[in-house]
Amino acid sequence: MAKVTIPIGPQHPALKEPECFIVTLDGERISHMDMRLGYNHRGVEKACEARTYVQDIYLIERVCGICSHSHSTCFVQAVEEIAGLQIPPRATYIRTLVAELERIHSHLLWLGVAGHEIGFDTLLMYTWRDREAVMDIFAALTGNRVNYGMNTLGGVRRDFTKEQLAEVLKVVDICEERTKYYIEVCTQEPTLINRLTGVGTLSHEDAMRLGTVGPTGRASAVDKDVRRDDPYLAYKDLSFKVIIDNHNDVFGRAVVRVLELMESYKLIREIIAKMPDGPVTVKAPRKIQAGEAFSRYEAPRGEDTHYVKANGTDKPERVRVRAPTMANLQSVAKMLENNNLADVPIAIAAIDPCFSCTDRMIGIRRGRGTGNSMRWDDLRNYGVKWYRKQGIDFTDLNRKLAKKQE
Amino acid sequence: MANEEAIKKELTDKFPFLADKIVIKRERRLFADVGQDHFREVFEHAAKKMDFVHLCIITGLDDGDNLLFIYHMARMDGTVLNVKTTAPKSNPVIKTITDIFPGGVIYERELVDLLGAKVEGLPPGKRYPLPDDWPANQYPLRKDWNPDMLEGKDGRKEEVKNG
Repeated sequence: MAKVTIPIGPQHPALKEPECFIVTLDGERISHMDMRLGYNHRGVEKACEARTYVQDIYLIERVCGICSHSHSTCFVQAVEEIAGLQIPPRATYIRTLVAELERIHSHLLWLGVAGHEIGFDTLLMYTWRDREAVMDIFAALTGNRVNYGMNTLGGVRRDFTKEQLAEVLKVVDICEERTKYYIEVCTQEPTLINRLTGVGTLSHEDAMRLGTVGPTGRASAVDKDVRRDDPYLAYKDLSFKVIIDNHNDVFGRAVVRVLELMESYKLIREIIAKMPDGPVTVKAPRKIQAGEAFSRYEAPRGEDTHYVKANGTDKPERVRVRAPTMANLQSVAKMLENNNLADVPIAIAAIDPCFSCTDRMIGIRRGRGTGNSMRWDDLRNYGVKWYRKQGIDFTDLNRKLAKKQE
Repeated sequence: MANEEAIKKELTDKFPFLADKIVIKRERRLFADVGQDHFREVFEHAAKKMDFVHLCIITGLDDGDNLLFIYHMARMDGTVLNVKTTAPKSNPVIKTITDIFPGGVIYERELVDLLGAKVEGLPPGKRYPLPDDWPANQYPLRKDWNPDMLEGKDGRKEEVKNG
């Protein structure tokens, strides 16, 4: 049978973000996969150069809705390093606490999405219900469910009271109880195990070669966790286990994430027990001296990196963001080779992709202009032409279908 | 900082021309300035012989008359070596590193689209991240670029009109 090329996207089958996977099929099997990304490119890096450091914190926080604290912390770490700012210990602990809460809600979200992709919607309902507890505690602590606005140059913007921290512990207890159940589901439920085992395999060698990060890499026995290897915030004083698995498939990625949740609960208890007293912020200069720094951060999805270059003014010379998904995307094509077409959604979802993170920059459109309107037929023709340019042509198929109808 | 000093020593022993070009910024962060002529050998040595097995990212930036490229490479123990090299804006040609780090292909495509770098040996594929109808010779991350340049003779509107 001839090979068939199918575009999956830009409206994506798994997640609510645009990107295009162009899959070449040999029967049901995928023989080749190509990607077109960039639909979410918003010009963040260029925009950062035109704004002050403090404004940039808010912009960078909006690179991603889910790991918003990851990006803003990674950015302020770099700027504070250039400015030579030592932030107070209490601020470090508060940043770490928010970081771990963020990991919990991100991993629970992923577990739900993964359940949904394989038709296990009960799991989606359960995990997202439990995730609400974390979202509510975020709203109580920071005033917002996402984009917490906690970071500022030289510390954090809010202090937490003892009562608030007690509430956090209650939420951790609930989530831990629930997670124990999810661990049972993930490791013992035959439907789930059979559906996920052997899907989207990525060998250890390929994972290393392609620079895979985070849980995706750790499920292929890549022993890498920035929290341990390149300690930042308070992680140096805290004890936790880096979860490594060698299943190399989607099942392994699920196991790594649920077990990481347990580590996060332990970490939060330790953070709250050790939380030092004192101020939460030091005064930061408006202008940052010339210099450069490269900052790394273990976001829920993997290593996040920010490079900042300062030129002595109140605006950065260059800000470079690399979100974990960008590092992991290269491995998706490898994972899907020789897999079934039906495995595409779960295999893609298994890297926990975030395309707004990946495509950060540029694409500034002016508000003026006449504005074009398109009729339905024109839009359809535009679509047909666009796909034909990509080498995807349905003319033959349409002709065959028309013949059949006659 | 013994570890960082050891890395610095190993690099300068192997490449004497790097003697005053390596800076240890802090624990686990080294920056090395390498000329375009020697870039490839230093980079390959670091990646293959010195355990810098993970390419975090390539940063490209507009540095006046030159384009500056920083290759951030990490060891599994968390040490990051930032290798810098430059190419003149008039002819910004660099060689691909995708033979050593295949995952770096998307970072190199970004350099091509956003800074106008010419990457020798970059495998063919779809552009990233700008749209297919982005006008030629417009590189948004260059300092002399601003959104007004999208309009005019070669601007975006013309492209849209012409389909």
